Amino acid sequence: MSQYVLRRLLIAIPSLLAISLVLFVVLALAPGDPFSELATNPNVPPEVQAALRAKFGLDDPIYLRYLHWLNAMLHGDWGFSFVSRMDVDTLILQRLPATLYVIGSAQILALLIAIPVGVYAATKPYSLFDQIANTLAFVGFSLPTFFTGILFILIFSVTLDWLPFVYTTDIKATGIHWVLEMIRQAIMPVAVLGLFQAASMTRFVRSAMLDVIRLDYVTTARAKGLGQATVIVKHVMRNAMIPVVTLIALQMPAVFGGAIVTEQIFRIPGIGSLLITSILSNDTPVVMAVTFVFACLVVLFNLIADVLYGWLDPRISLR
Amino acid sequence: MLDKELRSMIGQVKDGRMDRRAFIQRMAAVGLTAPLANQILALGGVAMAQSPAVYKPTKRGGGGPLKLLWWQGPTLLNPHFATGTKDQDGSRLFYEPLASWDADGNLNPILAAEIPSVANGGLAADAKSVVWKIKPGVKWHDGKPLTADDFVFTWQYASDPATAAVSISTYGQITVEKVSDLSIRILFKTPTPFWANAFVGAYGCVLPKHLFADYKGSKSREAPNNLAPVGTGPYKFVEFKPGDVVRGQLNPDYHMPNRPHFDTIEMKGGGDAVSAARAVIQTGEFDFAWNMQVEDDVLLRLEKGGKGKTVYATGGDIEFIAINFTDPHTEVDGERSSMKTKHPILSDPNVRKALALLVDRESVKKAIYGRAGRTTANYLNGPEKFVSKNTSWEFNIEKASKMLDDAGWKVGSDGIREKDGKKFKLLYQTSTNGPRQKTQAIVKQACQKAGIDVELKSVVASVFFSSDVANPDTYPKFYADIEEFQIPMTQPDPALHMRRYISANVATKENKWQGQNFPRYVNKDYDAAIAAAETETDPVKRAALYIKCNDLLWQDTVFIPVMHRLKVEAAANTLRPALSGWANETDNIQDWYREA
Repeated sequence: MSQYVLRRLLIAIPSLLAISLVLFVVLALAPGDPFSELATNPNVPPEVQAALRAKFGLDDPIYLRYLHWLNAMLHGDWGFSFVSRMDVDTLILQRLPATLYVIGSAQILALLIAIPVGVYAATKPYSLFDQIANTLAFVGFSLPTFFTGILFILIFSVTLDWLPFVYTTDIKATGIHWVLEMIRQAIMPVAVLGLFQAASMTRFVRSAMLDVIRLDYVTTARAKGLGQATVIVKHVMRNAMIPVVTLIALQMPAVFGGAIVTEQIFRIPGIGSLLITSILSNDTPVVMAVTFVFACLVVLFNLIADVLYGWLDPRISLR
Repeated sequence: MLDKELRSMIGQVKDGRMDRRAFIQRMAAVGLTAPLANQILALGGVAMAQSPAVYKPTKRGGGGPLKLLWWQGPTLLNPHFATGTKDQDGSRLFYEPLASWDADGNLNPILAAEIPSVANGGLAADAKSVVWKIKPGVKWHDGKPLTADDFVFTWQYASDPATAAVSISTYGQITVEKVSDLSIRILFKTPTPFWANAFVGAYGCVLPKHLFADYKGSKSREAPNNLAPVGTGPYKFVEFKPGDVVRGQLNPDYHMPNRPHFDTIEMKGGGDAVSAARAVIQTGEFDFAWNMQVEDDVLLRLEKGGKGKTVYATGGDIEFIAINFTDPHTEVDGERSSMKTKHPILSDPNVRKALALLVDRESVKKAIYGRAGRTTANYLNGPEKFVSKNTSWEFNIEKASKMLDDAGWKVGSDGIREKDGKKFKLLYQTSTNGPRQKTQAIVKQACQKAGIDVELKSVVASVFFSSDVANPDTYPKFYADIEEFQIPMTQPDPALHMRRYISANVATKENKWQGQNFPRYVNKDYDAAIAAAETETDPVKRAALYIKCNDLLWQDTVFIPVMHRLKVEAAANTLRPALSGWANETDNIQDWYREA
């Protein structure tokens, strides 16, 4: 087991290096630079922009820039943002809490909806409940978050005036008021994201359950006289969870990576909005750091999923 | 003649026989804008008017919180690193310049005790130096006094290339010396008629020497105060999260009486312009939102029964279609649009004039810009004293068709004009942007009616405005026949705005397309007029020279001005923001208040 984990970690190193190389080259080849805003300002002659480019090493050959970056990264130096001239790690850490809170809550909401609904729908396929759940799931994942987000704002903020649609990081309140206010401002983004993910996840859970529920051992379990609840939870669910765990594990990095569209709509200062503004302003060090952390998380959670398989299904041995 | 009349008028203002407003109106009548008229008076020996901003509150504080919404939040708070206006706006809450521009383009003293003039001895007769007197008793937020040393240091800091300040363009060419503890002298290498650049406006913010002295040059990035500003401004720094929020609180020791009005200030960033407008106008969650790049219809709809309204500030920002004088389709020495070529179609002045007749500015205004635009024939639209009255524009397809017929471009069998077997086809490029692409469609329609085949192209803004030498789609490369975008006018003086188009500035492969003259316009008269204007110390003659330059651009149809664009902001109904088209939104933040 530990040998397996070690081997997987070692295999991860070359793949992460390859990922970083591809990311870096793609970013370096992308047009534009962080100082392009200066170009239309007649007060600033183009030489200033050129001097800044040279100063930040943007004119060096790509391989040199990559080696510089890799070397610094190995020493734990993430570089600094060209746009805010601030260290990238502080910038990311500043954004992490909001993302963890909002996206994490949305994932939990999605799971809380998807697993019970999916399981129940699978136990009674083609019943009225199943039909309704399916219809809603289809509606849910056909509607993109930028649409539901704006719809929610129009209904709950503009028309009803119940909820704020601009997220504030530090609310000027203490104790219970602070908690309530934090919950209040997160309701809309969490609902938008959570419902969207719950929709596809429900379909997934349902089909995974249906695959297992018809197997002979389930009939055997029922024949033994076990109750419906025990059969479903202990015998069916545990086996049906393997593909679901994979799906959840692959979505976990997104909890850290943020949700670009939703964060932008509700002005949540999370990693997603940091990523999109950095991409738009060609702030390479920040984009590089965020995407690279994201890549590491994907590799890590894949490993965790594989380890979990062994626990869920002892027949799977890890060598 | 203008010259003599002006001189006598200045004399009248000086003696008090004519009031300032009448003078400015007379100047406007001969085509000079208000800020220039005021600088004319200053040079003519009359002190500039103090800004007329009405400020009602009679005590400091008590205004509650002021909540600003910038849909792109500030990413840093050092005014000398501020790449975009969002960063300048955030820095300006805490740092201050000697003076700012008010709505009419007048200088409004902030840290200056008075605005320099010939009369008070501030301006040298040869226009090679300015003496600024600093207001006594001003304190930094940490209690240390503001002195001339801080200004000298700021100049040294910004002009050092190793600091990598974006304001180096403002400070690189001057020398600043200390005259006394409370006055400084700025020395120019050549006579500089527009002296109010250094220490004025966004890049004019002064830094505290005692906190930045150790971080001049290559260590500039390490200064802890880059993220925690200590200035002299109306608000003291509380908190900053790049791209998200800037927070400040009332400065109890602020140097202006009864100011500021608000107890706290918050500038929230992120999101998009439409929802920002909604948060101010419709739900009232915020008091003020910046840069409403939203279609006028949408704004009008939001304003119906809303909690806020849009407010406008007039500056000199011009949206135009530029015409390529060289051939973008032929490559010479590895370069298209080379100076060695002539545009096969557009080098004929009558064809350019005909093209100008096909731009329906009134429809563009009605359909796209609404209240945020004014139609104009001029490239130079402000300040008032620089605006030419000699130009005109019209939209007339028949007239254009006739001119093209006369120029030898006959309508062919396919409805497209041709001459000597060459089709009249144009590639029209712009940056990807709703209003611009709609303008393209309007122009294309008129061109089709006149038998011109127009191909539209839009380039992502981050590419279009970049200085990427390897990319063929940037605006300075101009690998198209005509292109549309906007050049903002960031100060109420046309010197930099007009200097772009001298022959020496042509964008070529040789200067890596850093030359700012992207239409590749060459005209000896224009060069001579700019050269004369840059050393002309007589403000009237100088204004006349710039008007002449504008008229040359019009006669030669280098640009087809599409819209003189106003700044559009959204404000709560009760908020009284002090805005100017010649400054950033927060440049007069000390004068903002809320009507009870």
